[in-house]
Amino acid sequence: MLYREAGQFKTTYRADQAVFPIRQDFIGIIAILAVLFVVVPLTFNDFWLKSIMIPTLIFALAAIGLNLLTGYAGQLSLGTGGFMGVGAYACYKLATIFPDVNILIHIFLSGFFAAGVGFIFGLPSLRIKGFYLAVATLASQFFLEWAFGRIAWLYNYNDSGAIEVPTRTLFGVPITSATAAPVTQYLIVLAIVVLLTWVASNLVRGRFGRAWMAVRDMDIAAELIGIRLLPTKLMAFAISSYYAGVAGALMVFMWLGAAEVESFDINVSFQLLFMVIIGGLGSLLGCFLGAAFIWNLPIFLRAVPEMFGTHVNAATVEHIQFMIVGGLIVFFLIVEPNGLARMWAVAKEKLRRWPFPY
Amino acid sequence: MSAAEQLAPASRELLLNIENVSLSFGGVKAIRDVSFDVRKGEIRAIIGPNGAGKTSMLNVINGFYHPQEGTITYRGESRRDMRPHIAATQGIARTFQNVALFRGMTTLDNIMTGRTLKMKTGLFWHLFRWGPAETEELEHREQVERIIDFLEIQAIRKTPVGRLPYGLQKRVELGRALAMEPELLLLDEPMAGMNLEEKEDMSRFILDVSSQFGTTIALIEHDMGVVMDLSDRVVVLDYGQKIADGTPDEVKSNQDVIDAYLGVAH
Amino acid sequence: MGGLLYNVFIDPFMQMGSAPDLLLQVLWEGFVSGTLYALIALGFVLIFKASGVFNFAQGIMVVFGALSLVGLIALGVPAILAIVMCIGIMAALAYSVEKLVLRPLVNQEPIILFMATIGLNFFLIGLGELVFGGEPKVMPTEQLGLPTGSWDFDVLGGLVIIQQLDVAAAAVACTLVAGLAIFFNKTRIGRALRAVADDHQAALSVGISLNQIWRIVWFSAGIVALATGIMWGARSDVSFALSIVALKALPVLILGGFTSIPGAIVGGLIIGFGEKIAEFYWGPLVGGSIESWFPYFLALIFLLFRPQGLFGEKIIDRV
Repeated sequence: MLYREAGQFKTTYRADQAVFPIRQDFIGIIAILAVLFVVVPLTFNDFWLKSIMIPTLIFALAAIGLNLLTGYAGQLSLGTGGFMGVGAYACYKLATIFPDVNILIHIFLSGFFAAGVGFIFGLPSLRIKGFYLAVATLASQFFLEWAFGRIAWLYNYNDSGAIEVPTRTLFGVPITSATAAPVTQYLIVLAIVVLLTWVASNLVRGRFGRAWMAVRDMDIAAELIGIRLLPTKLMAFAISSYYAGVAGALMVFMWLGAAEVESFDINVSFQLLFMVIIGGLGSLLGCFLGAAFIWNLPIFLRAVPEMFGTHVNAATVEHIQFMIVGGLIVFFLIVEPNGLARMWAVAKEKLRRWPFPY
Repeated sequence: MSAAEQLAPASRELLLNIENVSLSFGGVKAIRDVSFDVRKGEIRAIIGPNGAGKTSMLNVINGFYHPQEGTITYRGESRRDMRPHIAATQGIARTFQNVALFRGMTTLDNIMTGRTLKMKTGLFWHLFRWGPAETEELEHREQVERIIDFLEIQAIRKTPVGRLPYGLQKRVELGRALAMEPELLLLDEPMAGMNLEEKEDMSRFILDVSSQFGTTIALIEHDMGVVMDLSDRVVVLDYGQKIADGTPDEVKSNQDVIDAYLGVAH
Repeated sequence: MGGLLYNVFIDPFMQMGSAPDLLLQVLWEGFVSGTLYALIALGFVLIFKASGVFNFAQGIMVVFGALSLVGLIALGVPAILAIVMCIGIMAALAYSVEKLVLRPLVNQEPIILFMATIGLNFFLIGLGELVFGGEPKVMPTEQLGLPTGSWDFDVLGGLVIIQQLDVAAAAVACTLVAGLAIFFNKTRIGRALRAVADDHQAALSVGISLNQIWRIVWFSAGIVALATGIMWGARSDVSFALSIVALKALPVLILGGFTSIPGAIVGGLIIGFGEKIAEFYWGPLVGGSIESWFPYFLALIFLLFRPQGLFGEKIIDRV
């Protein structure tokens, strides 16, 4: 009787359309949020926050962006890293041009720059789809990488070619650069990620989300029931890039403290794609599971041999990590093309019927 | 019974008029100089042997194919070719020969997509699912639930349609088309691949749609028994040409139709 | 403004006209890169035609083939034997890919298979680096009997330098293409391949073994990859950076169409010429290195006008 919806009757359609229609799910999410907002800041040390919690959350946010585009709207993208970069560089420029405006406002604004760029690179989706579109997004990835490296105005003509985050405060407490406490940064990232996840879940449950999924599943039928394909796809590109952009800005301002072209190269795009595939296409929960898995796998792989007292050099770990991630992707696609989120759903389904097999 | 029901079908108000439409793909002529009309409130069947151009005709009507010649007059407005979204906004809904549902979505969501054109709230409200966005969602959910009740598919409301058996998928697809509150409903072989019981159910739904909502229906079907029982008037195509047009009884006794179906050397 | 227009629309052509030897040299460079892109694209096309799989790992197969060869020769294996062993490695790779990746994923959506090849791509990168190390390596051209000298031509008052190696690469490419064309059109297996390309189920129903066909195409794509890897590795270093450059085969495919062998060749040459000319004459205007994205933009612009590619069949949507 742990996880059962029997006896929970819904008398309104409003209740039936809530984010968590089953009571146990609702209680569960409250508990998770309580742990994330209260227990984690109190118990985790700086290393755990800086190298596990913050990056996982930021990548989960970027993965949500990619998932809205690829998992929900069905438009395959290999350019998410570039859009994260647009957000990061936009935020850097905003923060140096308008130093008096609060940095959090800049972070939210920088997403709009990424959205604009995503919108432009989404235009080819009018004529092309599938693999062809994937190649088009590669165009954006390589063009943006080039732009970040070659347009000196973007990094304020620094000799290093990198952007370095200035110190900014919120209510007098420093929240960016090395002077900020990881726990402050963690809480800010967490709050933004939770907010934007909630917004994403609202979007995908409403008419826009349905239009995206309709275009994904059968674009011809979608058109014939009155869904305009181009605006629908472009909106997916813009919103997806907004998420990537905010994630990119958070990555530089709340985590790395500095960044250069390599921080947003094509490998980042692939990494995000893997998070989405392994987590589950078309699932917001999957973005978190996938990000946690892909980001923490190398950390885990490095930690394991040390637990047994042997030391393996970093390069070898990286090579093994490539093999494991690559192999796991194939494995996941074979056993469960719908990813970790689907496994979780199946487990819940079983639990609902437990102890009966059907 | 509506007023339209009592009039003889041929004298009702004109809804759709197809005049001298020809369509070809490269050198292949799919439709040659076909004219017929659909009048308000009637059930109009389009029949003919395989490859007669029936599906192409529906595609022309809702703007997926663009004919090289001819005019289409819908609700008094004439044009050479429709555009899919204009057809949708003007109340033409459609089901497909091979079910074209959104396979990854639930029955409920599939039918909800049919309401797309009726939903107006902007992105801002949807970001927070608040105010007008939520009110609108709930209003349309009620409409959709009515369709679900009508089609007796309550039990599969939350099932992804990809997992449903074929007969039910056809029913959900009809539901999605009905959610558009169409004036003209195009059904492409609504009963293909169904057993007798399912066919009876589907026939009942089609008749109910016609009588309860007053929707005009144009359908393609191969089962002659069903066609003759359901439809008010029948148009017969063969090799892209119209060979007969009239009430079921007239068509049944037409020599050209008999030849086309029994196969006479051309 | 006038100056900008002059710089973009007039000056580059003036330069071409005033130094035709330079132009020729640039075109030759373009031809050489184009040949290599075309070879990689060829591998893609082979696999896509026969199995509908968009093989993202083709680029890494090139690196993997070259690395194996360099590694074996470094171990003291004679060149000829090393090449034979590499062909064996490619066969083993084709066999394992078919058995471990393709067969369990049969009847899945193309996008799933595509992602599986991205997984394969990463697996091969990891495996290659683990076995051979990550640092760039030099292709032992002498042992392989590849020419290393260059021919200098006096052309129109200037000097055009042509590496003999590049000529050899072009010759190898031509041989490969001709060989594949004969294989596809004249042999029984070739006919079966084309049947599979048209319709998997129909091919199965007339008794063609899909698994065998897949192994054959992956093996032939592996051979093409090995040849490409040797030629490319001889020009620059053998390193994993090649796999990013190899992605340029994607715009080539868009130009040529995913299923056309002549398309891969012509597309490869267009991209090769296009990027070198753009880089040399227009690149300096915006700070250089536009080679990295120019091919993609070229392909993108092309796509907007002809979505099915130069040699692809017109796409007709049916409902």
